[in-house]
Amino acid sequence: MKFAVKATLALSILGLAACSNPDKYGSGAVGPGGALGPGGAGGITQGSISDPNSPAYFKQTIGDMVHFTVDQSTLTDQARGILTQQASWLVGHPGYTAIIEGHADEQGTREYNLALGARRASAVQEFLISQGVAGNRLRTVSYGKERPLALCSTEECYSQNRRAVTVISQSAMGS
Amino acid sequence: MMRFVLTMLAALLIGPVAAFAQDQEPLHITITDGVIEPLPFAIAGFIPETPDAADMASQLTQVVSNDLTGTGLFREIPKSAYIQNISAFDTSVKYSDWQAINAQALIVGAVSMQGGKVAVKFRLFDVFSGQQMGDGQQLAASPASWRRLAHKVADVVYSRITGEGPYFDSRVVFVSESGPKGNRQKRLAVMDYDGANVTYLTDASTIVLAPRFSRDGTKVLYTTFETGFPRIKMLDVATASARLLPEVPGTMTFAPRFSPDGSKIVYSMEQNGNTDLWMMDVASGQTQRLTTSPSIETSPSFSPDGSRIVFESDRSGTQQLYIMPVAGGDATRISFGDGRYSTPVWSPRGDMIAFTKQNQGRFHIGVMRTDGSEERLLTSSFLDEGPTWSPNGRVIMFTRETPGAQGEAALYSVDISGRNLKKTPTPGPASDPAWSPLLP
Repeated sequence: MKFAVKATLALSILGLAACSNPDKYGSGAVGPGGALGPGGAGGITQGSISDPNSPAYFKQTIGDMVHFTVDQSTLTDQARGILTQQASWLVGHPGYTAIIEGHADEQGTREYNLALGARRASAVQEFLISQGVAGNRLRTVSYGKERPLALCSTEECYSQNRRAVTVISQSAMGS
Repeated sequence: MMRFVLTMLAALLIGPVAAFAQDQEPLHITITDGVIEPLPFAIAGFIPETPDAADMASQLTQVVSNDLTGTGLFREIPKSAYIQNISAFDTSVKYSDWQAINAQALIVGAVSMQGGKVAVKFRLFDVFSGQQMGDGQQLAASPASWRRLAHKVADVVYSRITGEGPYFDSRVVFVSESGPKGNRQKRLAVMDYDGANVTYLTDASTIVLAPRFSRDGTKVLYTTFETGFPRIKMLDVATASARLLPEVPGTMTFAPRFSPDGSKIVYSMEQNGNTDLWMMDVASGQTQRLTTSPSIETSPSFSPDGSRIVFESDRSGTQQLYIMPVAGGDATRISFGDGRYSTPVWSPRGDMIAFTKQNQGRFHIGVMRTDGSEERLLTSSFLDEGPTWSPNGRVIMFTRETPGAQGEAALYSVDISGRNLKKTPTPGPASDPAWSPLLP
């Protein structure tokens, strides 16, 4: 029996995919630390963290990430505080769109964790919409347990991995 | 696709009549019994019958022996202990010589190169009954497929002695992993069930997860992030060409599995944060929703007759296993023990469900009857998940991952009695195994 190996590099054309490279976790194209490391996701961290109009301000001063308790997708008070500021920034910067990534810790089976990450991303999306961000500027994706941020196998790391990250990019969202 | 010529050699191979067959039960292992002592066997040969078959003969002998001893049910008697020297395929078996070294089974085989093909013939003897077990057989294949010949021979021996279906001549599709834990690179790969002949089916350009074979082994479904979002792709194994299945924009799709006849795919679709089960007709792309719950429904698997689907849902508050008719409708919960249950897979024999169980910080692979009774946990570790059944429903392969920043995934197998836990060799870390059906 013989198998021909064929590269499957062709990306589907998505309106959303144009600039934000949603497949940033693939090989090669990933910067150090993936999306969350320096220079990740197409240079969206440019600008000063003290310049309220800069993506760096969104990412680091406001915070692009919220965390969840075990197996839950309910937003904590702390998460709501961060997301309220994210929403306010997005409302004030209509040129940006966002992909909300949901993640889970490794204490779960692969497919369930994909669904759980989607729940978390969706909870963030709904909150941002409730705060006035247009729904068509937001899209969600789940990485399940595939892309942990902290690598140890204790609650200290798990609590960092149960997260939703709002990844902004300056690109036109498909209608 | 290679073809085997399978010829019964009954006429040719009527063994020497056992004049003094002992009063003894026929040779048999019942796998579910508490077998402690592996059955000792001898393998005299394979004898090269043409000069160019010598290397092939020793390799074949090794693979046949590895298949049998790898089950944990058999033990090979070292050749140094043999008394009778069987130098030709038709040599009369002197049973007393094999009884003296306590060989319960004796395999006599021969190999020749004929017209560019490898030809193998063999006979199996029940030493203490003093008679041949079943007819001799002859098989032929191209030299590149010599390992399959060995697996076919071992399958016959295994089946005759255990009464179980064969499974050595099968393949496993899996995810080959490399790179650091925070940015794991994943490629689809396929290999023989014992880890030999690894071939890669995709490159590492995107995350791929959880491949599954069609019942005829010609296609593989898997989940890919190549568009940036989880989507299902169907791959033709012979050509390695693959196509994305149609999707509803703005959704994620994952956890696909073929129906037994290959005409339908059951899978999970996530919309607005909620994950439900759907069915897609492969030919038309038409879809049908099977569940409408605000909970997570995923990891569906068909019963072998195609009438029912087992899946996991957290509708009760934690992940549990349910069975519903194939058209959807009322689901019956079948898992009631402590902890959470996930990744159910229906056995090819239809009698059992294999699953992952999480309880008190440990992961287990287990099996239960389809009504949830007779639950048995087969393994325990920091992280075991994703069982897949051997074609005969007697062995389960799964992913085991070790903890910490240096943690790695590997493939393990265990038989359904919980014995013979062992690692399947792979070129590097590996996860998400899915066993093929028995090859034709």
